[in-house]
Amino acid sequence: MNALHGFAGFALRRTLGAVVTLLAISVIVYVVFYAAPGDVAQITCGPRCSPAQVHQVAEQLRLDDPLYVRYLHFLQGVVVGHDYSTGTSVEHCSAPCLGMSYQSDQQVTQLILAKLPVTGSLALGAMVLWLLFGVGTGVLAAWRRGRLDERILTGITLAGWATPVFVVGLLLMVVICGQLQLLPFPQYVPFTEDPEQWAWNLLLPWLSLALIEAAKYARLTRSAMLETLAEDHVRTFRAYGVGERAIVGRHALRGAVGPLIALNANDLGSLFGGAVLTESLFGLPGIGRELVHAVNVVDLPVVVGMVVLTGFFVVLANAVADVLYAVADRRTVLS
Amino acid sequence: MSEARAAAEGARAGTGTVLAPASGARQFWRRLRVQRAALVAAIVVALLVLLALTAPLLTAVEGQDPTTYHPELVDSARGGVPVGTFGGMSADHWLGVEPQTGRDLFARLVYGARVSLGVALAATVVEVAVGLVMGVAAGLGNRWVDQALSRFTDVVVALPLMVMSLALLAIVPSDFPRPVLVASVIGLIGWGSVAKIVRAQTLTLKQLDHVAAARLSGWGPWRIARRELLPALAAPVITYAALLFPVNISAEAALSFLGAGVKPPTPSWGQMLTSANVWYQAAPQYLLLPAGLLFVTVLALTVLGDGVRRALDPRAASRLSVGTGRRKETRA
Amino acid sequence: MSTAESLVQVTGLSVAFGPVRAVDALSFRLERGAALALVGESGSGKSTVASALLGLHRGTGAVVDGTVRVAGVDVGSASDAELRRLRGGTAAMVFQDPLSSLDPYYAVGDQIAEVYRVHHRASRRAARARAVQVLDRVGIPDAVRRSRSRPHEFSGGMRQRALIAMALACEPELLVADEPTTALDVTVQAQILDLLHTLRQETGMGLLLVTHDVGVAAGSVDDILVMRNGVEVEHGPVATVLGSPARTYTRRLLKSVPRVDVPRPAHPADAEHEPASAGVALEAVGLRRVFGRGARAFAAVDDVSLQVRRGEALGIVGESGSGKTTLGRMLVGLLAPSAGQVRREGVAVNGVRPDVQMVFQDPVSSLNPRRSVGESVADPLRARGERDPAVRTRVAELLERVGLEPAHHGRYPHEFSGGQRQRIGIARALAADPRVLVCDEPVSALDVTTQAQVVELLDELRRELGLALVFIAHDLAVVRRVSDRLAVMRRGRVVEYGQANEVYESPREAYTRHLLAAVPALDPDLAAVRRAERMEQRSLG
Repeated sequence: MNALHGFAGFALRRTLGAVVTLLAISVIVYVVFYAAPGDVAQITCGPRCSPAQVHQVAEQLRLDDPLYVRYLHFLQGVVVGHDYSTGTSVEHCSAPCLGMSYQSDQQVTQLILAKLPVTGSLALGAMVLWLLFGVGTGVLAAWRRGRLDERILTGITLAGWATPVFVVGLLLMVVICGQLQLLPFPQYVPFTEDPEQWAWNLLLPWLSLALIEAAKYARLTRSAMLETLAEDHVRTFRAYGVGERAIVGRHALRGAVGPLIALNANDLGSLFGGAVLTESLFGLPGIGRELVHAVNVVDLPVVVGMVVLTGFFVVLANAVADVLYAVADRRTVLS
Repeated sequence: MSEARAAAEGARAGTGTVLAPASGARQFWRRLRVQRAALVAAIVVALLVLLALTAPLLTAVEGQDPTTYHPELVDSARGGVPVGTFGGMSADHWLGVEPQTGRDLFARLVYGARVSLGVALAATVVEVAVGLVMGVAAGLGNRWVDQALSRFTDVVVALPLMVMSLALLAIVPSDFPRPVLVASVIGLIGWGSVAKIVRAQTLTLKQLDHVAAARLSGWGPWRIARRELLPALAAPVITYAALLFPVNISAEAALSFLGAGVKPPTPSWGQMLTSANVWYQAAPQYLLLPAGLLFVTVLALTVLGDGVRRALDPRAASRLSVGTGRRKETRA
Repeated sequence: MSTAESLVQVTGLSVAFGPVRAVDALSFRLERGAALALVGESGSGKSTVASALLGLHRGTGAVVDGTVRVAGVDVGSASDAELRRLRGGTAAMVFQDPLSSLDPYYAVGDQIAEVYRVHHRASRRAARARAVQVLDRVGIPDAVRRSRSRPHEFSGGMRQRALIAMALACEPELLVADEPTTALDVTVQAQILDLLHTLRQETGMGLLLVTHDVGVAAGSVDDILVMRNGVEVEHGPVATVLGSPARTYTRRLLKSVPRVDVPRPAHPADAEHEPASAGVALEAVGLRRVFGRGARAFAAVDDVSLQVRRGEALGIVGESGSGKTTLGRMLVGLLAPSAGQVRREGVAVNGVRPDVQMVFQDPVSSLNPRRSVGESVADPLRARGERDPAVRTRVAELLERVGLEPAHHGRYPHEFSGGQRQRIGIARALAADPRVLVCDEPVSALDVTTQAQVVELLDELRRELGLALVFIAHDLAVVRRVSDRLAVMRRGRVVEYGQANEVYESPREAYTRHLLAAVPALDPDLAAVRRAERMEQRSLG
């Protein structure tokens, strides 16, 4: 009875903590970007705005108000939404409203939502692959520890760990799409349109992302399992005649689950905020590429909105991971 | 066995007057030396650093510099493909020239090494410095200080490095020196994990009896932090810094690749790759050389970092390397 | 194999880890249903022998010579499959630390079932049922429900019972218990030893008990084998070895074992000194310390008042969680009380004071590994501004006083043994010229012969320097050896407080009586009587 109460309390505390963290992120991001030196209205509106447009933006951003009022206004938009006057008409931006892009005349939220399927497809597909490769390699490495094949395997994962994703992606693309012409140069096809083409086109981005990430997972799995294998309870099961296969597969792997959940949550969270490099490299129209575009044309509301959103995904993923972790390992709740 | 020998060595050295702090450095070298992979990695890193340091000298020998355009060496009719075989390799241009601009590739690569290594090193220093201060303050402070700093650290950790640096680099005026900016942005976003490790370590150390004994001796908190805590923090911090360094190399390369890092004409390996995929057939070395250098550098630094970790924390290392590697370590 | 063969037959067993010979040419037998104790101090190789019985050295790089036969199986030449059948099936092992000996992620019942299924063709359901059955057998209340709990939800004693249940699951012929009660409180220790005794009577399994504690062995086995540095010192029936030891080492070992039934040896100096009339050096008035907040808040120390007079030794005993360490930390000012006062010579004080020093429990963490021991000892001197030639002379004096070579001041802590490190800690405390020395479990990490020496040193220093000594320990026998007066703590409160001899001879409180009854007796006959008394009490209650 106490455990349930303790668990509910834990989940509540964790949620509150996540909300506080998120608020703090939004404050930092908002202040950093809107208190920066320079003419905010001009920067926000973009280089091609007329003085009249700049003036209108300044009004909408309430530049005459103190910074904290402006921040609260931004926050109000996130919670209840805003109405924007575009001169002639009034556009409603419903909650969670992260502002308007003055350069594309679009609401940031909608802009992001439109790109989410691309980024989501990329992240989730890659996750499946990296978990398969990474955890598989890690288990194998822990199982065959010290032997030649394990050392070669560990060497390969180290190389994967070391390489920046765009280097791998570049080489894969050049070799597979360019030289061998085994796959088309990736072009995003929505899943709803043609699942086969969707997967076919995403295969290369998935692979490049997964190859890099898998190395991390393999190392983590291996070291967590070896750490468990050195613990006393493993000695107990050895002393009771439990075979090596069961010890590695059941007891050692179980010890790696917690750290794996934590790492995976963090990776997935930040990828949802935009797999910036992979998307840019393969020209996938996802959140990450949108961000690079927004950065290049200095579209501030989009930039701020995306950073806050990425923070949201990371915080959300970590909170979910913590709860999962607590379910998997109830000791954390009690401590 | 190595423990016993260390004890014996210490005993021999210890018969003199009050010693300089344990032969920690010597022990570290001994433990690093026996790892063949780490040794090779250290040599590679040393060569790369040498390359970066002697960049002006090397380019002077070659007779080139990284910024001069050589329009005569590219075929503008074919979109700027380098003239000649192998991307324009010649006695004058050892590794050929850049497509479109005709800038000397060798010069850009060695100067690029300066940027890549320098920015990553500076970023690592910033991360370690900020992380150390925040971590120690949180670990030693009272509940409120700890709560506030830990929350703040959580927030910083949740900030996505790539997205945040991209965004920050976009709004800073372009006349700000770019490498300095990239280093500080990476450093100021990336210190969170250092702070977390340092805080956890400080909390553990604070509980140790010898710290309590130092308090009972009558020393103040500052002296205790300096004498009892900081030396013990050195090992985990150095270990972590060694692992962060290659990560920062990748980060700088990625930012420059996206056009948000260092800007032309300053060369950087990541930035050189921005348009490399277009030219891979006409000038493959334009893609392969920066990519290869990045790969080798990051790999060597990671292997070296791993070696440093093993040398500084032999207990953890022997736990992690069961089998042949371990036997080798104990033999030395 | 013939039934005439011994259950365990060890012949010329040697185990070497690299150049270190942990066990050297050891031979012994254990008959079916009999019990043998391997007794020795740390480094004697006793646990290595226990592991060798189950072939646990295989594949670790240790070099094993000689033959080990367990229930007819030659452990050295057995195939891996045979060895797995032996482990847990024929011979089961119980380890020292019951928390780390079970997998934290799985329910206790599932872990027992897993082991059962390794040795028996049984369905999951049948194996679970067997797990519940053995848990019930070892006295876990509500075994069906508790079998679904994970190890951390059990208390220390319950965990050890669960581990014993795992051992019982496959009805082994031999139980190897490696320090099974070392991590437990004395009352729980008595329960576990009684349980082992009962199970042995009921099942007729043989017992090999590995322990550093002669008292634990005395009440539990028929034969005893004393080991030192990997070789046998003495081997024989328990009454003979403990009653009339043949070897010097055994005699020394037995002499070092603190006795709860023997008063502190009288010393001529004590007669002149009359502690009862001496002034109060340190006083606790209504001390209370609360940890945690809100619903989780609990008082580790709750309204404790006591006095330490000049030149006297106050013993504080209690089981784990009794608040004795928290009290000690408040007395020296390392921990601020939530309520109440610490008074020095009648004046309330806050924070640390050089004249109240502490000797710590852990000889490893109490010295900074990166500083030479001379520098550690010099700390209090330098902190009050003394300069070098004087500091060096004083450090040399102090090291010599605690029985160390003054020339070793430049060495580092890892070059010293545990006992030597405790001496260094004492020297450092003395450097501050304290009036009061609070010792928190100063000898619990040490071997019994070293223990006796350090206790002796503390007693000497008290008399010589007129120190007031606060001696905190869980071991009632050790405390008796030093204390003038005694405070017994339980759940943060002092339950009994008075002249040490009176408390030990005629305790007023039931809890104190309970504690004293649980202390293992060195005399096997007395141990049997005590056990019978405990059993009777339990069956009544």
